Amino acid sequence: MQKEKLVEVKDLKINAKNDDGDVIPIVKGVSFDIHKGEVVALIGESGSGKTTISLASLAYTKPGLYFAGGELLVDGEDMLKAEPLRTREIRGSKVAYLAQSAAATFNPAITIGEQVTESAVLHGLLSQNEADKRAVELYHALELPDPERIGFRYPHQVSGGQLQRLMAAMALCGKPDLMVLDEPTTALDVTTQIEVLKAFKKVIHEENSAAIYVTHDLAVVAQIADYIVVLYGGEVMEQGNADEIINNPGHVYTQRLMAAVRPKPQAGLGSSVGVEHEREIPAIRITDMTAGYGGIVNGEPKIPILRDVNVSVKNGHVVGVIGESGCGKSTLARVMAGLLPQARGTVELDAVELDGDLRNRKLEELQKIQFVFQMADTALNPKQVIGDIIGRPLEFYHGLKGKQKHAKVVEILEMVELPADFASRYPMELSGGQKQRVNMARSLAANPEVMLCDEVTSALDSIVGANVIKLLTALRDKTGVSFVFISHDLSTVASFADEIVVLYAGRVVEQGPTDEVLTPPYHPYTRLLISSVPELRLGWLEDTMQKREMSVGIAKDVEITSVGCPFFNRCPIGIEGACEKQNPPVRDLSSGHQITCHRTIEELEAVEFEVQKALASQNADEALV
Amino acid sequence: MMKKMVLRRIAIGFATLVVVSIIVFLMTSVLPGDVAQIILGQSATPETLAALRKELGMDQPGYVRYFQWLGNMATGDLGISKAGGATIESLISGRLGNTMVMSGLVAAISIPISIALGLWAAMHPGALLDRIVTFGTLSLISVPEFFIATILVLILAVELHWLPATTYLTGDETFLEFFKAMAMPLITLVIVVSAQMIRMTRAGILNVMSSPYIEMAILKGVPRRRIILRHAFFNAIGPIVNVIALNLAYLVSGVVVVETIFSYPGLAKLMIDGVQTRDLPLVQACAMIFCGAYVILILMADVASIMSNPRLRNPK
Amino acid sequence: MTENPELAEESSMPEKDILAEIDAVDELPTAPPKRRVRLSWLGKASAAIVALWLVICLIGPSIAPFHEMDIDGDDGFMGYHTNEYGTFYLGTDYLGRDTLSRVIYGARNTIGISLASTLLAYLIGITLGILAAVKGGWIDMGISRVNDAILSLPTIMLGLIAIAWLGSSIPVLVGTASIIYASSVFRIARALGQDIMVQDFVEAAKARGEGVWWVIRSEVLPNAAMPLATDFGLRLVFVVLFISSLSFLGLGVQPPAADWGSMVRENLQGLPYGSYAAIWPALAIATFTIPINLIVDDISAKSGGSLASKMV
Repeated sequence: MQKEKLVEVKDLKINAKNDDGDVIPIVKGVSFDIHKGEVVALIGESGSGKTTISLASLAYTKPGLYFAGGELLVDGEDMLKAEPLRTREIRGSKVAYLAQSAAATFNPAITIGEQVTESAVLHGLLSQNEADKRAVELYHALELPDPERIGFRYPHQVSGGQLQRLMAAMALCGKPDLMVLDEPTTALDVTTQIEVLKAFKKVIHEENSAAIYVTHDLAVVAQIADYIVVLYGGEVMEQGNADEIINNPGHVYTQRLMAAVRPKPQAGLGSSVGVEHEREIPAIRITDMTAGYGGIVNGEPKIPILRDVNVSVKNGHVVGVIGESGCGKSTLARVMAGLLPQARGTVELDAVELDGDLRNRKLEELQKIQFVFQMADTALNPKQVIGDIIGRPLEFYHGLKGKQKHAKVVEILEMVELPADFASRYPMELSGGQKQRVNMARSLAANPEVMLCDEVTSALDSIVGANVIKLLTALRDKTGVSFVFISHDLSTVASFADEIVVLYAGRVVEQGPTDEVLTPPYHPYTRLLISSVPELRLGWLEDTMQKREMSVGIAKDVEITSVGCPFFNRCPIGIEGACEKQNPPVRDLSSGHQITCHRTIEELEAVEFEVQKALASQNADEALV
Repeated sequence: MMKKMVLRRIAIGFATLVVVSIIVFLMTSVLPGDVAQIILGQSATPETLAALRKELGMDQPGYVRYFQWLGNMATGDLGISKAGGATIESLISGRLGNTMVMSGLVAAISIPISIALGLWAAMHPGALLDRIVTFGTLSLISVPEFFIATILVLILAVELHWLPATTYLTGDETFLEFFKAMAMPLITLVIVVSAQMIRMTRAGILNVMSSPYIEMAILKGVPRRRIILRHAFFNAIGPIVNVIALNLAYLVSGVVVVETIFSYPGLAKLMIDGVQTRDLPLVQACAMIFCGAYVILILMADVASIMSNPRLRNPK
Repeated sequence: MTENPELAEESSMPEKDILAEIDAVDELPTAPPKRRVRLSWLGKASAAIVALWLVICLIGPSIAPFHEMDIDGDDGFMGYHTNEYGTFYLGTDYLGRDTLSRVIYGARNTIGISLASTLLAYLIGITLGILAAVKGGWIDMGISRVNDAILSLPTIMLGLIAIAWLGSSIPVLVGTASIIYASSVFRIARALGQDIMVQDFVEAAKARGEGVWWVIRSEVLPNAAMPLATDFGLRLVFVVLFISSLSFLGLGVQPPAADWGSMVRENLQGLPYGSYAAIWPALAIATFTIPINLIVDDISAKSGGSLASKMV
């Protein structure tokens, strides 16, 4: 069936002009169509022009950019030539925009309800009363909590995942013909992302609105798009129906992108670790540690973040720490580095207890534990050249100076696969991935025993991130450095770490060898995490939602509790009267694998069996129908 | 949380006042010139001088005098002017009234004008009027007040003879006379204060204008007026209120030059005279009034910006 | 969606080149060119005027037609005229001295004193501000309260008391102005310092075990330098206004030395008789301070305004 064309993009060209007056092409002649009710995904990495193209459908360019040629027709009307006043009519009524970070795009000083209905009312599409009613309907459709009253709240009073859905309500309130969704789930945790994706898919379907879905994540695209346009450097590499592109990518760039999508986390992904670096004593060990912020009273921090944590890292091993935002993963690394003294418990390096405050640690102890910060942009002093940044630890810990220092800097640059002449560059003159390499090189220069890597690949494009992981693996094998690898991305952790620590609301809920953690029985939270990671497969979202509704309820906010199991309010197999009242016991499985749960191992195994059985019967039912 | 923050601000304001009182006391006590000498004149004998010093409590150690002074101030006893013998209160009250009338009038005129012009300029950045306003206010804040006053005298008094060049208030003028007398200093101060406030209002709004929620508003098809008045202004209230408070404080205490040029009998002029005649209690009292006004105004601005922040007003 | 003509359309870039590009740079290059300070024509003109005044400060006496104290004019408050001593381009002041020469000599006093005061204010303000930001705690609390107190006192009053105490002389003026304006420099330096101290690269230096002085010298100061330099211009303008106002009140530079503020005061009485002797020094102040503020504006502009231009 040939559907009606809604949007026609013909040879669209958008340029930028910098302060020198140089013209830089950003979009270099892009063409594609969108039909009514169809979701078209623009996929590409940063610099591909995907956001710029999508904004053009709102007759908008970011400051500094301008339309240089071609046409972008919405309902036959060219957006590139729209008069200023006409653009105001189009935005929010005909075409609506949904931004990446709802937390930043909601005005903090205005109630949610006013912002959701604002556009529809201003454009005269609905009266305030009608708009309020429609908003409540949309809140219901988007499965938001307390839909009658959530509109009276301010943006800071609701969670990130809810805000993202509220943004969808804002876009849909005026019943637009076309919705532009710009990386709407990128900033969310996986367990939240899946809820938001599901809600988006549902309302897009119900409203029968066409959509442009901008993202760098192929797995997400596979769940939501009908048609895919692959972009690189402002040009279309390949376009076609979703199933064609996903199942049979034609262009090498698409293949490359797909290769960088990390596979579903499962046992057997991690590379094997050589034993040559292993020793009797762990490189770093944390015992019964509690830490938090805001001063310590009687060994209890005012704002507790981590509670009773035990982690041990062997020499030459990689321990992955996984959990969602706010679970305390970064705090764990900060305690190890001595940046945040713990309230209780001990930190040991090579079986020698360390002072909690780094100011009281010995130089040699500081040198052996190195912290790699998440954002290379902010972790590198913009006023220092790379040579000085990498050279400082060489001088500070090892007393190298002059030529010796320079030779070592070049050597380290080589280790992180950067050319020697980078030593004289400033961080601003490097790309994101290169900066991250410098960031790691600085830690390497100290010649450490343990490197604490905090989300080092999170801000990078998938291909770049994959290369960084490759580099880290090589470094581990070559140098025998131990890694504490912190990430919210289970797939990345599974492919790099040989041991995993799963944190939830400041507690370790499960830990052990990667292969053990990623095979049943699971802690209910680990199970939720694993099932939430999107797969590069059409129909995965639907399959998972069925499974998920059986295994967990609707995602709720994380609660940090001092007594009982913090996961209780989200747990499908919680035992009322026990879980919320008593701390769960640590259950030892084979070879260092531990699950902290009130349920016994047998019960957890039985749950897994039930889920599989239910799924199987459901599939059988469907087959019959 | 909001209550705690407000209380904290009040505590800081109070601490500032205490530090100010110490500084004022120290500064005035280093001023040369023996008050006893001034009162008794050159012909006084050493014995009478010593007796008067004792009577004035000036033989006591510094900290004792400080606490006595502080106690007196707190109970409203500002002391006796040592040069003229009149009570400080009687000296100050009239002048304070004049200063309040002038500040009030200037504020009433300049605050609405400034906010309106500042918002308008921010609404049309780069437009001709915006450029005129930007350049004009920049020029005005770059020149001394006496320059503006001089030019005004030259134009309005010397060339056009519309207004008298100086102010003499006797207390029984008609309203028109009163207004004519006040007009020159009033216009000067309105110009000086407005230039500052217009700039800061515009800058405060444009500062917010780079936020993602402003871009979102544009992409929602929200018109310019509403973007500025509803989306940007409410997020820029903090800095704008702060600038207003600073300028009001300046109107109470900093208008010495304008008062001097136009011979306007305000508080600042009184204090200058006090310094020149070494009238310590007078200087101390004036200084404490100025600082008190400053601290209270800034405190009010802080509280206003805390109240205008929805995060603090509506906790989670 | 059966047939799409664009499906056939391939990119202009051969596949191999793209792969080569990805492998070569690891990703799309995003490295921007280094930013330079860029001035508009107005900014450049302003810079030229400020530079001219600075030159006049240095070589003023050798280019002035008369000495600042010579009473060579035919009479006080005269306009442009020539007599046997020379030409009085801007006329004479109330004593019959050449106004142009006094403006040139006055530049030295007004700008020199202001510059010295501002530099000293920066030295004090930055030292204490960075110290308070880095050390925090009671040191910060203590310095901040004293600073608040100084800020809450009217500047002219502080100047007045200092001059009444120590008498008016150039060192007293410089000292007083620098202490008063150090308090606002302190506020800015402290705020900047606090912003920088929470940056990851400072945290990284701390985690490495670096000492306080190294952190200040290598991490904080280089990053605070540019904003502080911009602020220097603003502060200099305030100090010029302060010094001029004191002189205008008769408390600054003492006669017969020339100074722009006192020149306005001396010649104010000539205004009703049409003498511009009070206007020229006032204009001199304006032509020094306005360009400085224009330069500052030019450097710090551009932020925020760009989105505003997208409003409809």
